[in-house]
Amino acid sequence: MISAQAFGDPGKMKDYHYTGPVEHRFSPYAYNGGTVLAVAGDDFAIVASDTRLSEGYSIHSRDSPKCYKLTDTTVLGCSGFHGDCLTLTKIIDARLKMYKHSNNKTMTSGAIAAMLSTILYSRRFFPYYVYNIIGGLDEEGKGAVYSFDPVGSYQRDTYKAGGSASAMLQPLLDNQIGFKNMEGVQHVPLTQEKAVQLVKDVFISAAERDVYTGDALRVCIITKEGLKEQTVPLRKD
Amino acid sequence: NKLASQLSVVPIQFGQINPVPSSSAIPSQESLLTSSSLPTSLPFASSQPVPLPFPMSHGTTTLAFLFQGGVLAAADTRSSCSGLVACPASQKILPIHSHLVGTTSGTSADCALWKRILSRELRLYQLRHGRRLSTSGAAKLLSHMLHPFKGTELCVAATLCGWDGGELFYVCSDGTRLQGKLFSVGSGSPYAYSILDQGVQWGLTVAEATSIAREAVFRATYRDAYSGNCVDIYHITSKGWTRRRREDLKEDSKKSEAN
Repeated sequence: MISAQAFGDPGKMKDYHYTGPVEHRFSPYAYNGGTVLAVAGDDFAIVASDTRLSEGYSIHSRDSPKCYKLTDTTVLGCSGFHGDCLTLTKIIDARLKMYKHSNNKTMTSGAIAAMLSTILYSRRFFPYYVYNIIGGLDEEGKGAVYSFDPVGSYQRDTYKAGGSASAMLQPLLDNQIGFKNMEGVQHVPLTQEKAVQLVKDVFISAAERDVYTGDALRVCIITKEGLKEQTVPLRKD
Repeated sequence: NKLASQLSVVPIQFGQINPVPSSSAIPSQESLLTSSSLPTSLPFASSQPVPLPFPMSHGTTTLAFLFQGGVLAAADTRSSCSGLVACPASQKILPIHSHLVGTTSGTSADCALWKRILSRELRLYQLRHGRRLSTSGAAKLLSHMLHPFKGTELCVAATLCGWDGGELFYVCSDGTRLQGKLFSVGSGSPYAYSILDQGVQWGLTVAEATSIAREAVFRATYRDAYSGNCVDIYHITSKGWTRRRREDLKEDSKKSEAN
């Protein structure tokens, strides 16, 4: 969605005629697609991502999940430019270890979120092209989701979709989890089973309509017992 | 060990705005612990700007004015990203400490991080010099911190609302620093100004001032595409800031459609 907007005016037909030689600057960024989703419940959190790694018209890999386990209670989902995702997760892992060694405790989800914000902002003028979503349990054991923009602006949400199909998934989540835009509906709190099923259905819809999403879905469910992972196949075309 | 026990008693709240307003007179022990031992470098401006493949979030309506009951600050809650509403429930008014609040306009990341840096520097100033910096001083500090980034793509336009004589300052990343009695910033500000200019006087009661601020933000969200969703209102007095419950403006727009 956003990558399409970068090329030419949206909604206008491009005129194809030769206007003279055009200098193309080397772009240090590439767009590798992928969608990430996180949902927070009363005592659980779910982080899900598809596993397709694409670039332009090609698929580089069908098995490249975008969920990274940070601690026993926190999972990070990052989509965007895969090179920056890898470097960012390496930096976060190193900072987590440093914190553990100097403070003798594991970082909480809120602390990781604040740290990620400063890491992203330290590259304000050459940003990490990554859309991050952190899902985990807070200190009270309740589910927490933190969503970020590429330069470090973040806030805590109940649910958030990021990546290539985010504009399609977010309104659906607003409706099904936030009960928005519906009149006279009972607000039932989300159970873990219902949330997992919703996430699976939502990704199946995303794979239908977004070319960069598909192949398989990796779901990480975080509860106080620990982390559970499930893999569900999606459309491969 | 001592640090660990301190951390368990006073959990560090980075960047999360407490809905419950703090009434302590001094920024508390928590902000002392927020300055980490690891080097948190300020962003360095690279010589060759790289064209970004993504848009940044912009577009807003914020306002603040002085009246006999203190300072009132109001803002909408829509955070847009060239056509997509990135967040319908964002915080545009950030408390810096118990008696200073800043409204933010421009790029959300820039505003959030620079406000955080400002809170840290104000607390350090207090520790080093033994007195709290005035609103004017805080505005000057922010303006001087942003100056090295003039000419880069940083976009911060904040109004600092403090109660130490009831002062209101507008600070912008292009170097502007102005004192005034009434400011509105953002893409929806022309619409907000029209409501404020006709209604704001010194002698307003708190209830009247709140309703004018709310109406001004509502009118701006009605006409400006990049402002919308809910309105946040903060009231700053000598006892500190208090926050009104966030209200969705959807109901107001339904009523005005019916008229």
